[in-house]
Amino acid sequence: MTGNNIQLDTKGRLKHFLTIEGIDRSLLLEILDYAESFAAIEERAVKKVPLLRGKTIANLFFEPSTRTRTTFELAAKRLSADVLNLNILSSATKKGETLLDTLQTLEAMHCDMFVIRHANSGAAHFIASQVAPHIHVINGGDGRHSHPTQAMLDMFTIRKHKPDFSKLKVAIIGDVLHSRVARSEIHALNILGVPEIRVIGPKTLIPDTIDGLGAHAYYDINDGMKDVDVVMMLRLQRERMRSAMLPSEQEYFKRYGLNEKKLAFAKPDAIVMHPGPINRGIEIDSHIADSERSVILQQVSHGIAVRMAVMAMVMGSRSKETQ
Amino acid sequence: MRLKISNGRIIDPANKLDQKADLFIEAGHVVGIDKSPKGFKVEMEIDASNQIVCPGLVDLCARLREPGQEHKATIASETAAAVTAGITSICCPPDTIPVIDTPAVVELIYRRSLNSNQSRVFPLGALTYRLQSETLAEMDALKAAGCIGVSNAYAPIRNTEVLRRALEYAVTCDITVHLYCEDDFLGNNGVAHEGSVSTRLGLPSIPETAETIAISRVLLLVEQTGARVHFCRISTARSIELLAEAKSRGLDITADVGITHLHLTDMDISSFNTDCYVLPPLRSQRDKEGLRAGLANETINAICSDHQPHESDAKSAPFSMTEPGASTIEMLLPLTLQLVRDNHLSLQQAVAALTSAPAEIAGIDAGKLSIGSPADVCVFDPDASWTVERKFLLSAGKNTPFTSWEMTGKVTHTILDGNIIYKI
Repeated sequence: MTGNNIQLDTKGRLKHFLTIEGIDRSLLLEILDYAESFAAIEERAVKKVPLLRGKTIANLFFEPSTRTRTTFELAAKRLSADVLNLNILSSATKKGETLLDTLQTLEAMHCDMFVIRHANSGAAHFIASQVAPHIHVINGGDGRHSHPTQAMLDMFTIRKHKPDFSKLKVAIIGDVLHSRVARSEIHALNILGVPEIRVIGPKTLIPDTIDGLGAHAYYDINDGMKDVDVVMMLRLQRERMRSAMLPSEQEYFKRYGLNEKKLAFAKPDAIVMHPGPINRGIEIDSHIADSERSVILQQVSHGIAVRMAVMAMVMGSRSKETQ
Repeated sequence: MRLKISNGRIIDPANKLDQKADLFIEAGHVVGIDKSPKGFKVEMEIDASNQIVCPGLVDLCARLREPGQEHKATIASETAAAVTAGITSICCPPDTIPVIDTPAVVELIYRRSLNSNQSRVFPLGALTYRLQSETLAEMDALKAAGCIGVSNAYAPIRNTEVLRRALEYAVTCDITVHLYCEDDFLGNNGVAHEGSVSTRLGLPSIPETAETIAISRVLLLVEQTGARVHFCRISTARSIELLAEAKSRGLDITADVGITHLHLTDMDISSFNTDCYVLPPLRSQRDKEGLRAGLANETINAICSDHQPHESDAKSAPFSMTEPGASTIEMLLPLTLQLVRDNHLSLQQAVAALTSAPAEIAGIDAGKLSIGSPADVCVFDPDASWTVERKFLLSAGKNTPFTSWEMTGKVTHTILDGNIIYKI
């Protein structure tokens, strides 16, 4: 499929990083392995490496984000790149021309990489299809479609705790319908060989055709949690509450909010993950979020290492010996 | 001018004709088939050996973008493209700017099309004032000005009482109502068929029920009001079942399908190809097969281009920020002939779906080669093949999803009112 292949060059290496879909297992593992080397750097007093010195990276955020943008920024700075942060209100880019004009302006400033966050599915693909050939695009989240670096940092975190993907049962809980994170996680888990992926939530928030992605739907959280090794919570957008999607926060928390009682159905050593920011008392009980089973803060720091790895690989700056 | 089209295979579904014969034209009318009328002196002759001669095609829906969106296309540009595709009559929906809800706009369109001197253009008037679905449009005045039907285009009619009264008033005016059926609450600003592709791409989706529920509502109101309703751009297999059932009960309804939906599915958007963003959305393989079967069993009467030319900027943005619609008018005939080659339709059925059936729905004197009919004729080579290339499209809209497709079937002559207005 051309849409997925535009992220690979003729030698099958990453040129852009737009979606997990269509990337083979060895390349995903390569990202994870490469990220390990950057995770080690983060422990050091001097956290910078010169891999992208002289390169300019533009963070183009058409949608508000703190966490993703700051970790991308930190990742770029630790690779010694120059970073340009642009927060562009989506209202200013209602017309496609403006988006293209923005890109052309940045191209003229000799940027080497764009990190894109956009409210519309396919935005990163569109931009990758329009930019000059020397420019690399990393998808920082597009609409409901894809958030590949988030999925990779989640895989990185899972592997730290559960090294063998082929033995795992994973549950993803929450608003799958609107979640780019869930889609990318499902693709990554499938490609890495996880035999059982479950999605748990109300029927209003689980697409009927989710089995086509290789995940099984559970509307009952106790059934869905049974014997899972990894619990991945999704963020629930406030605006979904009190709509035709969900009646109230209380009812959602009662059915799907993660607490001790529901977590007891999972394996005793199951880990709990969340892409953040968390809604305490809606998606997850504070007690669990702060417990040792929660790896939520590890996810954040892994996010920097994984994004460093992806940026360096996409720029073609992997050192020879690690290839 | 006296024109003889010799040795062609004449296909004229309105007269159940399929024979190798000569066609004689005089003073803008068909004056003879097979046998030369007495005293007919040939002034011009077209040798149509190995070619098919059929009535000029009638397209039930093409947006010409005039008035109001001349940056996309004009009546002149699109009718010029249409004649190269054998299309001699075009119906255009009322969602121009301003809306076709006054005789003045109707007259403007007629005048522009006469000046262009290409295909005939037949406007559809608005069903409701400004397509706002609140008050009725002046259907009687629109009809008198030359509208061949009324329509609300893509604008939804949420208030069922308004829809009921609009249908009743259309009965009063004896005018056909062309309805595009989508429950826009269920459609919910979606841009793709609700199914595995939209789930994978994370695109806002339009479920099948957005169409089937809207069709069911209209069918029940047709039963109640007796309105003559034409169902536009059917996209789901389930809709075909609903329409077939209603027809079997004797309801006076007709339906059409856009040519794109007979060839593409939601799989075609899977690389976010914005040229495949159309409304109704491209649906599943099963739906595509259902539409083809619906044509074969004549639940669907007509095929239209649903031509929607755009400037390139309109399609250059992330998928859901682009404008819907595809430029298809030049591919209408070959893509229909493809269905014949693939044994989905007989040649007679295919030509009927492009000529006699849409002409009857539009209520215009076209789409047939009876003695005395206006001499609108399409002559095409059924075996000539060509490749779709954007730069060679005559339409101002280059936004076609069929780029680099190989087409078989090429128009060699288009005759309007007995005059050759296009030849290859």
